[in-house]
Amino acid sequence: MKHLDEYRDGGLARGLAARIHSEAKPGRAYAFMEFCGGHTHAVSRYGVQDILPENIRLIHGPGCPVCVLPIGRIDQAIELAKNPEITLCVYGDLMRVPGSNGASLTKAKAGGADIRMIYSTLDAISVAEREPQREIVFFAIGFETTTPPTAMAIRLAQKKRLRNFSVFCNHVLTPAAMRQILETSDPQSLPLDGFIGPAHVSTIIGTAPYDAFAGEFRKPIVIAGFEPLDVVQAILMLVRQVNDGRAEAENEYIRAVTPDGNRIAQAEIADIFELRESFEWRGLGEIPKSALRLREAYRDYDAERRFSMERRVARDNPACECGAILRGVKQPRDCKLFGTACTPETPMGACMVSSEGSCAAYWAYGRFRASQRRAAE
Amino acid sequence: MCLAIPARVVELLPDDMARVSIDGVVQTASLAFVEGVGIGDYIVLHVGYALARIDEEEAQRTLKLLQEAAMFGAPA
Repeated sequence: MKHLDEYRDGGLARGLAARIHSEAKPGRAYAFMEFCGGHTHAVSRYGVQDILPENIRLIHGPGCPVCVLPIGRIDQAIELAKNPEITLCVYGDLMRVPGSNGASLTKAKAGGADIRMIYSTLDAISVAEREPQREIVFFAIGFETTTPPTAMAIRLAQKKRLRNFSVFCNHVLTPAAMRQILETSDPQSLPLDGFIGPAHVSTIIGTAPYDAFAGEFRKPIVIAGFEPLDVVQAILMLVRQVNDGRAEAENEYIRAVTPDGNRIAQAEIADIFELRESFEWRGLGEIPKSALRLREAYRDYDAERRFSMERRVARDNPACECGAILRGVKQPRDCKLFGTACTPETPMGACMVSSEGSCAAYWAYGRFRASQRRAAE
Repeated sequence: MCLAIPARVVELLPDDMARVSIDGVVQTASLAFVEGVGIGDYIVLHVGYALARIDEEEAQRTLKLLQEAAMFGAPA
């Protein structure tokens, strides 16, 4: 496939790695956080860490929307789905995320709730058109990448005068989470020399929002695509910034990301959504101005206003280390549940459910490497 | 969740929709968020929507940079 295969070339990857080996200074350690689950997945799947010098460490960040959604919101969605008038439309990733007391959307569906997996918000609109007697609620989650499709669904519902469509909005914002990590992380437990910045989030928001971070926190950021060569090239660019003492927002993913981002999508989002005062993130806690809700003018499309929904506070399994893993201070193998009680078949925490989650990536690719290393020692 | 893939536009449809090909698999997608996309262009496809047009020149420039860096780094 054009625009994919070129960025998976092993020979080029080895050449780039050799270049990184020659430019990274042996006397210092480099720690870079890849913010996105998409990058974590590429790093694990293609063995990017293995071709890097030992003094370059990649830290997995919280950029997996399924992973950072607090259990209380899953519980609320399950409650909604149990309402016999409601059909809940969800992206497939959410189906198996554990809620409180072992509940999940999959189990609720097995118990008779009308829950439908959809590929696109366009499918949810089709369901609402086809079944006017049902209340169709779309369980919206995701970062800036996934927000425009939700906005478009609301716009279409408005144009088509659909009275039976609403959105349970859980959209969150990337810059707010990056800021939280930078402001609250302890340099002792989480040394950070720079970020591999989001790929598809940046197609929407552009590169401009990152300029402020790079300057304010003196941390280099390189926006990179999700293919392995994109990641390796971004690491080379970060090493160069660190070596030069620069802290800039640079863009490796120029084929899809512009400084201004997608203005049409931005305008649509700004018209329909507004900032929440605060929103809870799993692992990161309450973060001010880090999530979106529907504006008053769109209240008819807001499931939280349309149905009585109690705010729920739910606790994670105390042995689950998802929180620390999402903050980058622990690795999946530091968790007692990893690979024993918690596997993709029976996930205890969200990081094992989503294929972008660090634990799922380790389970699928990394654990073999770790066991080989142990055997060699 | 943020995963998106390149897709080639093969047919323009009414209402900002299009048929796009992902390595030969054709599906419909919305072009409502991108401007000036024509047949043969590649887009970044995410849950049925084009989020961006892939810029061919910038893609070539990126590949050239990758090749240069890789060449220079290759052991002699």
